[in-house]
Amino acid sequence: MNATAETRSNTADTPGLALREVLLTFPDGDRRLTVLDRVSLSVAPGEFAAVLGPSGSGKSSLLAVAATLLRPDSGQVLVGGQDAGALSAKQRTTLRRRRIGIVFQQPNLLASLTALEQLLVVAHLSGAAPASARARAAGLLDSVGLSGAKQRRRPHQLSGGERQRVNIARALYSQPSVLLVDEPTSALDHERGAQVMALLADVTREHGTATVAVTHDRGLLDRADRVLEMADGRLS
Amino acid sequence: MYVALRDIRFARGRFALMGVVVTLITTLVVFLYGLTGGLAADASSAVSGLPAADVVFGGPPGAAPEVSFSDSSISAAQLAAWRAAPGVGAVEPLGVAMSRLTSADGAGAVSVLGTAAALLPPLVAGTAPAEGQVAVGRTTAAADRITPGSTVTVGARTLLVSGITADRSYAHAPTVWTTESTWEQVSGARQPSALAVDPGSAALAALDRTAGTRTVPRSAALAGIDGYSAEQGSLQLIQGFLFAVSALVVGAFFTVWTVQRRADIAVLKALGASSGYLVRDALGQALMLLLLGTGAGAGIGVGGSALAASGGSGPPFALGAATVVVPVLAMVLLGLAGAALAVRRITSVDPLTALGANR
Repeated sequence: MNATAETRSNTADTPGLALREVLLTFPDGDRRLTVLDRVSLSVAPGEFAAVLGPSGSGKSSLLAVAATLLRPDSGQVLVGGQDAGALSAKQRTTLRRRRIGIVFQQPNLLASLTALEQLLVVAHLSGAAPASARARAAGLLDSVGLSGAKQRRRPHQLSGGERQRVNIARALYSQPSVLLVDEPTSALDHERGAQVMALLADVTREHGTATVAVTHDRGLLDRADRVLEMADGRLS
Repeated sequence: MYVALRDIRFARGRFALMGVVVTLITTLVVFLYGLTGGLAADASSAVSGLPAADVVFGGPPGAAPEVSFSDSSISAAQLAAWRAAPGVGAVEPLGVAMSRLTSADGAGAVSVLGTAAALLPPLVAGTAPAEGQVAVGRTTAAADRITPGSTVTVGARTLLVSGITADRSYAHAPTVWTTESTWEQVSGARQPSALAVDPGSAALAALDRTAGTRTVPRSAALAGIDGYSAEQGSLQLIQGFLFAVSALVVGAFFTVWTVQRRADIAVLKALGASSGYLVRDALGQALMLLLLGTGAGAGIGVGGSALAASGGSGPPFALGAATVVVPVLAMVLLGLAGAALAVRRITSVDPLTALGANR
């Protein structure tokens, strides 16, 4: 049974991110539990797609497969037209570093680093020259509304909304073609959550990323270009 | 080292505590190395400083010769066999005994070595002893105001001091040197304890079989000094335990540290950091901690040892580059090994956990 709702963008021939007939299962006692049931999804550059669904519906697994952190049982994951399934683990790590930005849930900033250093560590992973990296990191933080002394603060010295802005700036640092966002408003009140969603919509258009955000919060979807619903591993 | 350095800055209290532990263990190890070397010299310098390649031990007739200066004796026949053997260089009898030296200004235990003038340590004053004479070590001479021409009593014999030598000691007693026949009178022995030989091109095994002797290199002959092996073995065992403790402590610290960092490691992996990068980063962190800790420990150890040794009556310390470099290197390498075992956990961290995926 194909329970997929495939939505194709009409804004570009090559989607920034495409999942084709992705099947993902996990062992569950004597049988296998289907987490993603032949899911297909195509998101164009500059498009902001939100995936809505309750806990356990498969949203995070969808994100993990798109981030190349999980290999599906079958189906294809294409990042900027490149088939991640054909890559070795090392090549997938490189792909993730260069082409995919991930916005984690807000606690996932490194406690020992300042806001600026959260971005510079990505530059260091890429081998970027320190001087140009610092200027770019500071510019990105400025663009998400964090400037001056706040850039030198550590996560525990920032508010929840500010931490999420650092998260977004860090994900954008390597100029990714795909931006994956994991429950961006989970620890924020409604007002700050709305600000973060607006920021995500803005950076998607400004940076031309194919953005997929998973959330369970229906009240924050008005800035998304598309809203997809996920239930029992199926996308509709 | 980007994250490693910032982690140290962020968790400076934890790293400082660990650094102090490494410093203290290194200080203890350097002290122990210096003490081991000092005690070794105190117990054996009279033998280890002999200008002879090998030492020959003999046994009583019918018994197998053992490496022991106390139990060994060389018969006239054995001495003759060695002197007559083709290819053998110099062969000098060596008598070893413990006694007491009494002078006008003091008295104390001494080791008495009776041998040829060629085997004496460098003379700093006077001449090598002739029959009825003795040469005394510099420190003993200074302490008891002994000069060439003084008379001293060694055992029951009164001897004329012919000269002052560089310091040597045997079984923790300062050594005085005399001729073989005077040594026999002082010690009451009839035969020398051993032979100091230059083996030349001789077939030693065959010669030992023929003469009923046992020949060992000079370094191996130190085991023939009473208590030397047990003393050195005990100290080396403690050193080994300290190295093991150090590796375990460093390993335990980095195990806990790695477990605490699992979430950060997952995020870094999800951002595109390879396991190799993260392991190198963590090992660099461990190396920095170990270098700073052992460097400080070595400095304190050297300073403390020098201070203790300068008192004169303190424990014997032998300080040298090897005494410091060897334990420091061992501490760093073993600590790194402990850290490597701990940080290998990094490779098992799943970047997926950074997403909090509901699988």
